[in-house]
Amino acid sequence: MRFGLTEDQKLFDHSLRGFLSARLPLDVLRRLAEPGNGFDAGLWKGLGELGLQAMLVPEEYGGAGLGLLDAALVAEALGFHAAPTPFAASQVMALRAFQAAADDVQRRIWIPRIAAGEMRIGVGLGGMSGQTGRAALRFQGGRLSGAVDGLLDGGGATHFLVYLADGRAALLDADATGITATVRRSVDRTRPLVDLDLAETPAVELLEASNAPLQVAARVRDAGRVMLAADMLGAAQAMLDRAVAYAKERVQFGRVIGSFQGVKYMCADMATMLEPCRAMVWYAAYAQDAILEEAAIAANHAKAHLAEVTREVARLATEVHGGMGFTDLLGLHFQFKRITFDRQVLGTSERCRHDAAVAQGWIGA
Amino acid sequence: MDLTLTEMHRALRDEVNAFIARHRDRAPRPGGGRKRPDRKVLEWQALLLESGYFGRNIPREYGGFGAPHDVIEVAIIADAFSRSGVSPGIHNQGISMLVPTLLEVGTEEQKRRWVGPTIRGEAIWCQGYSEPGSGSDLAAAHTRAAVDDGFFVINGQKIWTSSAHYADMMFLLCRTEPDKPKHAGLSYLLVPMNTPGIEVRPLRTMTGRAEFNDTFFTDVRVPVDQIVMGRGDGWQVANITLKYERLLLGDANKLQNRFEAIRRMMQEPRPDGSRLLDCAEWRDRLLRLQGEVMAARYHNLRLLTDQAEGVDSGLGRLIVKYHGTMLAHRLTSLAVDVLGSAGLAYEPQGEAAEDDPATTWHIDYMYDIGLIIGGGSSNIQKNIIGERGLGLPREPKVGRA
Repeated sequence: MRFGLTEDQKLFDHSLRGFLSARLPLDVLRRLAEPGNGFDAGLWKGLGELGLQAMLVPEEYGGAGLGLLDAALVAEALGFHAAPTPFAASQVMALRAFQAAADDVQRRIWIPRIAAGEMRIGVGLGGMSGQTGRAALRFQGGRLSGAVDGLLDGGGATHFLVYLADGRAALLDADATGITATVRRSVDRTRPLVDLDLAETPAVELLEASNAPLQVAARVRDAGRVMLAADMLGAAQAMLDRAVAYAKERVQFGRVIGSFQGVKYMCADMATMLEPCRAMVWYAAYAQDAILEEAAIAANHAKAHLAEVTREVARLATEVHGGMGFTDLLGLHFQFKRITFDRQVLGTSERCRHDAAVAQGWIGA
Repeated sequence: MDLTLTEMHRALRDEVNAFIARHRDRAPRPGGGRKRPDRKVLEWQALLLESGYFGRNIPREYGGFGAPHDVIEVAIIADAFSRSGVSPGIHNQGISMLVPTLLEVGTEEQKRRWVGPTIRGEAIWCQGYSEPGSGSDLAAAHTRAAVDDGFFVINGQKIWTSSAHYADMMFLLCRTEPDKPKHAGLSYLLVPMNTPGIEVRPLRTMTGRAEFNDTFFTDVRVPVDQIVMGRGDGWQVANITLKYERLLLGDANKLQNRFEAIRRMMQEPRPDGSRLLDCAEWRDRLLRLQGEVMAARYHNLRLLTDQAEGVDSGLGRLIVKYHGTMLAHRLTSLAVDVLGSAGLAYEPQGEAAEDDPATTWHIDYMYDIGLIIGGGSSNIQKNIIGERGLGLPREPKVGRA
C-alpha cells in the first residue's frame, strides 16, 4: 500500500507542466482567452501529442489505459496554467459515458476517435448536475428537442453529449440540423458556457446499454466533479505560489512584505488549507477506479471542499498582491476566475454535499 | 497510489473489528482532557498492546508489538477504532512525544528503561518546556542546571506543565551552558518528579479543573547520565519532540473519532422523534466538517507513506498541528451546539470519576483552545509554516537571551 504518486506519474506531470509553461506565457494566454471559447487548435494539437486525449482510453482502443488519478494530475496542471482547452468533459466525462453506457459497436466506432483527438465533446448533464439554467429535453423518434444550458467544454466542440432525465445520453453532431449552440463568454475567459437549443435534432447515437442508466450518469458526473476539484487545486496552488513569490520580493517599510506576520500568516493560512486538499483530490480520483463504494462520497466532498478552500485562497492570494493583485496586469485573475467557474459548474458545494449525504444513506435521494 | 488491501490486510481489518465488537464494553470513554490513567484505562491499554493494536511497530525489546512498519496496517487499526468511537488507547505526552524521541535519539539503556513502562501507561511524563518568561520563545529558557559531583543541580521554574501533579517523570529543557549562545546552551534532561526540591502548584484552567501546573525547582539533583544526547544538544532534542507534538495535536484519527461521535448524536431520534440530520442546516454543518476531516485523513495517509519511505514531507508535516487543532475545535463546537441548552449542565468530576457525556464535550470544547495555544500556538505554527515551509523571511530579531 502506498498513498502517493508513482515515478511515471511524476515524470508525466513534469513534462506536461513544462509544456504548458512554455506554451502559455501570460501574453499568449491573454490572446487565447480573449475570444472566450475555451479552445485553441494549436494547444489542442500539442496536448494531443503529449497523449492527453488518449490517456484514459483503454489500450484495446488505441489509448494509454490510464486511470482517473492520472487525469486528475492533468486537470490540476491545466488549472495551474489556466489552460483554455477542453478536457474534463470532453476527454474524461464523455469517455467514461461511452465506456459505461455504449454498446460494443458504439464503442468500437467512437472510442478510437476520441483517442485520436478527432472529437471534442461538450457535455450537458442538465438537472442531474445541479447546475442552474434550462434543462428540458424531449426525445422522440431518434430526435431531440428542447434546451439545455451550460454545457462544459462546449467551445470548439465537434459533438455534444446531452443527458436525458432518465439517465440515457444522446450524442449529437455539432453541425446537425435543428441545433443552435450559443457560445457565451463566461467570467472565466478560458472556458465558455454553451447553451443548446434543439429542434428535432437527430441523435447520432443513443447511449443506453447500461441497465442502471441513472447510476452511470451519476458516476460520469462524479468523475467530472473530481476533475473540477483538481482544476481548482491547480489554480489555487498557482495563486499561492505567486503570492509567496511576491511576498518575498515586494519591499515596503524597508522590508520584504513576507517578513511581516500579517502577510506571512495569510500565506501560512493558504498553505494550511490547501495542502490537505491535494491528498483529497488524489484519493477521490483514485476511488473512482478502485474504491467504488466510496467513489461518490469522495468525489462530492472533494468538489465541495475544494470549492470552499480555493475561494478563500483566491481571495487571500489576491490580497497579498495588494492593489497589483486587483489589476489586469499580473494576470492573477485568470486563476481566480477559473476557481469561480469551477465552483458553479456541475453543482455548487451545497449541492455536492447534499449528494454526499444521499450517497452515504443519511437521507433519501 | 495503491490502496488495495491484501488478504492479510483484510484479515487484519476483520480481526480488529471483531476485537472491538467483543471488547468494546471494556473500553474507557475517549475525550475529556487529561487524567492519570485509572485501572480501566490501564487494562484496556494492556489489552491493546498485547493484541498489537497499540505500539504496533515499537520493537519487542522495548515493550512494543514488534510488527514491521506497514502504513496500511496502522491506518486500518486507527480507522476501525475511529469509526466505532472506541478508545484507541492512551495518547499522552510520554507516549506520543517522548517515546518517539527516545526511539530516534535515545541511548539503548534509555529505550529499555523508559519505552515499555511509558506505552503501558505506567510511567506518566510531563513536559518541562515553557517558563513564565519564555513561552513562544522557548529557546530563551532560564531554568538552569549546574554540574556538581556527578549530578545536574536544577533551579528555576516551569509553567503550563500539564499532568505534573500526577506525573512520574518530566522531560526538561534547561540551560546547562550559560556561556554559550541561546540555542546552544540548552540540555534535555529526564527528571523523576519525586526528586526532593520539586514543588508542583496546580493551575486551575477555564474548564474548572487543574490540568496544568506551575513547577518550581530548588536544588533538584539528577544524575548526569539522565540526559538525552549531550550537553548543549537540548534544542535539537526539543525540536524532535516538538515535531511529534505537532503530529499528536493534529491527529487525524482523533478528528475522525469525534466526527463519528457527532454524527451518531445527530442520527439519534430526539424526544419528539425527529433527527437533527434531517434538518438541512444541521446536516450541511456536519457535511462541511466531514469533508474537512476526510482531507485531514487522506493527508495523514500521505504523510504516513512519506514516513515509511523515509521522505521528509516538509510543508505537509508542518501544517498538521495548526490545521488539526483548529478543525478539532470546529468539531467540538458543533457537538456543543447539537447538545444545545440541555447540554449546559456542567459538573466536572476531577480526577476520581468519569465525566458525563455533555460535560466531557464542554471540557473538550474549552480544552481544544488550550491545545490550539499549547505546543506552539497557532501563531507560532504560522511562523514555522511561513518560514520553514514556504521560505518566507524571518521577522527581524530584537535582542538575544
